[in-house]
Amino acid sequence: MNNVLVYCELTEANQIADISLELCTKGRQLATRLGVRLQAVVAGHQVDAAARSLFPYGVDDVFVADDARLSPYRTLPHFHIVGKLIQEQEPDIVLFGASSVGRDLAPRIASFLRCGLTADCTALEIGSHTDAKTGKQYDNTLMQIRPAFGGNIVATIVTPETRPQMATVREGVMKKEVFDPAHKGNIIGLPADKILTPADEAVRILSREIEEQRINIKNAPIIVAGGYGMGSKENFQLLHDFARLIGGSVGATRAAVDAGFCEGERQIGQTGVTVRPKLYIACGISGAVQHRAGMDQSAKIISINTDPDAPINAIADYTIVGDAMTVIPMFMNAYKNNLK
Amino acid sequence: MKIVVLAKQVPDTHNVTADAMNADGTVNRAALPTVFNPEDLQALEMALTVKDQMPGSTVTVITMGPPRAAEIVKDARFRGADDGFVLSDMRFAGADTLATSYAISQAVASLGSVDLIFCGRQAIDGDTAQVGPQVAEKLELPQITYAEELVAVSDKAITIRRRLEHGTEQVQAQLPALVTVTSAAPECRYPHAHRLLRYAKEEVPVRTADDISVDIERLGMKGSPTKVKKIENVVLAHKESVTLDATAEALDELSRGLIEEHIL
Repeated sequence: MNNVLVYCELTEANQIADISLELCTKGRQLATRLGVRLQAVVAGHQVDAAARSLFPYGVDDVFVADDARLSPYRTLPHFHIVGKLIQEQEPDIVLFGASSVGRDLAPRIASFLRCGLTADCTALEIGSHTDAKTGKQYDNTLMQIRPAFGGNIVATIVTPETRPQMATVREGVMKKEVFDPAHKGNIIGLPADKILTPADEAVRILSREIEEQRINIKNAPIIVAGGYGMGSKENFQLLHDFARLIGGSVGATRAAVDAGFCEGERQIGQTGVTVRPKLYIACGISGAVQHRAGMDQSAKIISINTDPDAPINAIADYTIVGDAMTVIPMFMNAYKNNLK
Repeated sequence: MKIVVLAKQVPDTHNVTADAMNADGTVNRAALPTVFNPEDLQALEMALTVKDQMPGSTVTVITMGPPRAAEIVKDARFRGADDGFVLSDMRFAGADTLATSYAISQAVASLGSVDLIFCGRQAIDGDTAQVGPQVAEKLELPQITYAEELVAVSDKAITIRRRLEHGTEQVQAQLPALVTVTSAAPECRYPHAHRLLRYAKEEVPVRTADDISVDIERLGMKGSPTKVKKIENVVLAHKESVTLDATAEALDELSRGLIEEHIL
């Protein structure tokens, strides 16, 4: 059985990105379950400290490619380093973040290796798969679980015949956890100067404008989220008022973002951020599976909806049947009175 | 300059029901209303903008799908594309992104040398964003993903502003290259009345696996490493749930409870 490999992304400050630490935590579980090593690859410039910071997350081997041409990230140099590494190491499983970097790199590598790649997984498990036609059984296979098509279904994808099995996962979906602060691993240098070629320089970065992140709802303890049922951008203002009163942040469904009710950074769900607040107040949200995938781990859920049968009500601790535009002002009043 | 746009006709995911899926986990496309994948339309606009700036360029639209996908090639013609075809063959059916990108890259290769390929970042029915980079790899082209703005183009290079996680960057690629376009890019121009009149009756050519040079083993379900093992209609784990009427008393009690539990 071959190993589990995580492609690690770097932040602007040259540290390992949260998404990659989350993948290492999941990768550690998978590697332990399979009885194999957890490996990581870090490609960048002056990344020794970043590479070593991976050991507490249970990484056994870190492959390090250190070269000025690898920072900031560009597709071709990273593709060349990581593609070659996977070809040589033949890992069983490779995980990438479903970030702008991972979604740029992973498909190109999957095409090069002619292997499968499942995007935006919400769960990864090891299991058995039996081919319905041939009856052939595949043990210790990666179950790549993701909500699919239209919102009412969850699909389990397998790649029984080809290796590696590759998947991308969005930031915040998996938990980041230190495995063992004293865990020791190896650093294995890759000869980047020998691998990279002039052809890898076909795309040049002319300039970069890094924005301070304006909105970050990922770690908000309270979230007031609105769906398409809020009706308009103006009505969304009430959610901002409500959130400000109770010390929360405003989130939204994809439908609400697509309708222009609020900024894309507030989108919660499979293709947005995943949140685990202590309180989630869903206003005018029906509860498509993609949205629930991003919030169903919330400690308490309140749903405010005119439809008593909205799917989200099934996972809500409290359902208030009514129009959010009426209920929220009443809720705000009740809250103010009880604070006195 | 020879420009290709890769486009997909997709089910309108705003109007999807549970019976949109077949028992084997593939999509029952026949049952659904369809649209021109939105980001592919924006890719078409970027291609037409390049053509505006580089007179003498041609824009060819390629789509893979059932014969009815010809509708979007026609739509692209009305908006300014020079030609296009549908890649349609039962042997393509059930393809995952790897088998899809193989068929499409062979179709592009059948056109001879191409300077620029544009496609949407992702299609709204799958959201995988994989086919663009995979076509680029198969054609050994540099890729620029997440393009928001065409900054400059010449017969040697293209400059694009692309989206990063927390910001943007301007990159310049030598041609030929492939560009994937996001929803932040300019919307596509409308169909021209005179083009509507001129091309309304024109047949859109259909090409099959026999028209492009392909290894049949790498097509369709056979050429797809990913398999759908299981599809579940989501049955929610029922929590102990309390339904409240929207009265001042109920909300008073609820908010008091949340404050006492230190949740609010």
